[in-house]
Amino acid sequence: MHGPPADAELARLVRDEAGRLVAGLARAIGDLDVAEEAVQEAIVEALEAWRRDGPPPNPGGWLTTAARRNAVDRLRRMALHRTKVAALARLAEAVEPAAGGRVAGVPDERGPDERLPLLFACCHPALPVAARIALTLRAVVGLTTAEIARALITSEATAAQRIVRAKRKIVQAGIALRVPSEDLVGRLDTVLTVVYLAFNEGYLTSSGDRAARRDLASDARWLAALVATELPGEPEALGLLALLTLLGAREPARFAADGGLVLLADQDRSRWDAAAIAEGTRLLERAAGRRRPGRFQLQAAIAAVHAEAGTWADTDWPQILALYELLRRHDGSPVVRLNQAVALAHVCGPAPALAEVDGLGDALRDYHLFHATRAELLHMLARPDEARDAGRRALALTGNPAERALIRARLAR
Amino acid sequence: MKYVLMFTDAGPAAWEAAGEARSKEVYEEMFTWFAEHGAAGRIVNAGAELQPVTTATTVRTGEAGTAPVVVDGPFLETKEVIGGFCIVDVPDLDAAVALASTWPGLQVGNTAVEVRPIVDHG
Repeated sequence: MHGPPADAELARLVRDEAGRLVAGLARAIGDLDVAEEAVQEAIVEALEAWRRDGPPPNPGGWLTTAARRNAVDRLRRMALHRTKVAALARLAEAVEPAAGGRVAGVPDERGPDERLPLLFACCHPALPVAARIALTLRAVVGLTTAEIARALITSEATAAQRIVRAKRKIVQAGIALRVPSEDLVGRLDTVLTVVYLAFNEGYLTSSGDRAARRDLASDARWLAALVATELPGEPEALGLLALLTLLGAREPARFAADGGLVLLADQDRSRWDAAAIAEGTRLLERAAGRRRPGRFQLQAAIAAVHAEAGTWADTDWPQILALYELLRRHDGSPVVRLNQAVALAHVCGPAPALAEVDGLGDALRDYHLFHATRAELLHMLARPDEARDAGRRALALTGNPAERALIRARLAR
Repeated sequence: MKYVLMFTDAGPAAWEAAGEARSKEVYEEMFTWFAEHGAAGRIVNAGAELQPVTTATTVRTGEAGTAPVVVDGPFLETKEVIGGFCIVDVPDLDAAVALASTWPGLQVGNTAVEVRPIVDHG
C-alpha cells in the first residue's frame, strides 16, 4: 500500500512540473484558465494512476502529454469561439509527442523558467489575498483543489470558487503573465507575502492530524527557493528563503510525542536541524551583503539569533529587541509591535511590555495571540484574575487544536 | 487591451477646499493628460465629463408587465459617483493601472479611478 510518504513523493514529482506546464500551455493557447484546468485535470489523473501503478519513468512527459490532451479536448468543446481555433490547430499538432518525448509547438518544459511570471500573475494585487494563495498553490505548485481546501481549512467549494474567479479575472482583466518591469520591489513584496502566508498556514495549522494534510510549509520553502533562484539580486527573496529555512529547522522539535505543539521556550534544541540552520544563516549573510535590508531579512535575523542560543535562557534578548526596532521601520504592523513587546518583556520586564501591548488593543482585538500575550504578561505580574480573562478570550478566538491545547494548559496553572 | 477608466467625482466641497487657483491648475493638467496620452495612442476615446450627479435621472425595471419607471437621482446611492470616463488601449492591466495612477484628478479630494476591461466581441 502507498501511505502518505509515497503521496508526498508523488506531490514532489507533480510540483516539479506543474508550474512550467501551466505557464507553457497558457502561453501556447493564450488562455491561462483553459491551460490551468487542463493541467489540474492531468494532475488528478496522474495521482490516481501513479498511486495505482507507481510513478512512470518520465513523470514530466506523462503530465505534459495528459495536460495537452486535456487542453485539446477543452478547446474542441470551446471551438465555437473562433479565436481558439488557431490555438487548437497548433496544439493538435503538438499533442502526439514525437519519439523521445520532445513535442513541437509548446515551449520545452526545460526551457526558460516561466514559473516566475506565472507566480507574479497569481499574486497580482488586483486579486483578493485569499485567492492569491489558493491560485498560487494550484497553478504554480500543482496542488489539487481538495488538498488546498484541507491545507487552508476551508471547504472545497470555497477554494474552487476562489480559484475560478481569480483565473477569470486574470484572463478578463488582462493581467499579464510576466515579471513586472516597473515597481519590481513592491510587486515582489506582494509575491513574498503570499509565500510567507502559505508557509504560516502550513506551520500553524499543522497539528496532530498533520500526516493527513499537505505539508504547505515545505511547498512555501520550495516557492521561496524558486523566487530566490530566479531573482538572485533581490535580497528580500533571499531573506524570505533564509527565514523559512531557519523556521523549518525547528520542525523536528515543534511537536511532542502526543502531537501537541511545543513552544520555542520548551523545545529540545538538540533536535533542531543543524544543517538547515547553517544553510539559513548562510542565505541571510548573502542577503545582508546586498545592503538593502527589509522585513523578511530582519525576521530571518531574529530567527537566527534564536537559532544561535544553546538554551532558551541563553537567548540574546537585547539583540532581538534591537532587531525588532529595525523591523518596525520596514513593517510597523501591530503584529510586529506585539512581538516586539514580548522581547521587551525579556529585557525590561513585564510592566513596560504590558503597557505597549495594551496600546494595541484596538488593532488586535480579534487576534488570539494578542490576548494570549496579555495573559502571559498579566500572569508574570501576578494579576491572576485578569490573566484568566485574557486567556479565555484567547481561547475563544483560537481555532487550531494544538494552539487551543497550549492555551488551556496555561489557564489550568 | 481596451479598458474604460472611470473617474469618480471629487464633489463641489473638495474643489472648493482646493481653491480656485489650484482647481484651475488641476483642470489644465487634465487637459494635458488627455492630449498627451491621446497623441501617444493610449486614449482611443476621450469619453466624457459628466454633469454633477444631482442632475442624474434613472430609468429602471418596473413591476412585472409594466413599463419601466422613471426615478429621480442616481441609480445607486453610493459615496463615490462617476464624474467622467475615457477608453484606453494598452498592453495589459499593469499598464492601465500605471496610466490611471497618473490621473491628475486624484490630487483633489478623496477620489478614485476604476479600471474596467471592455468585453471583446471581436
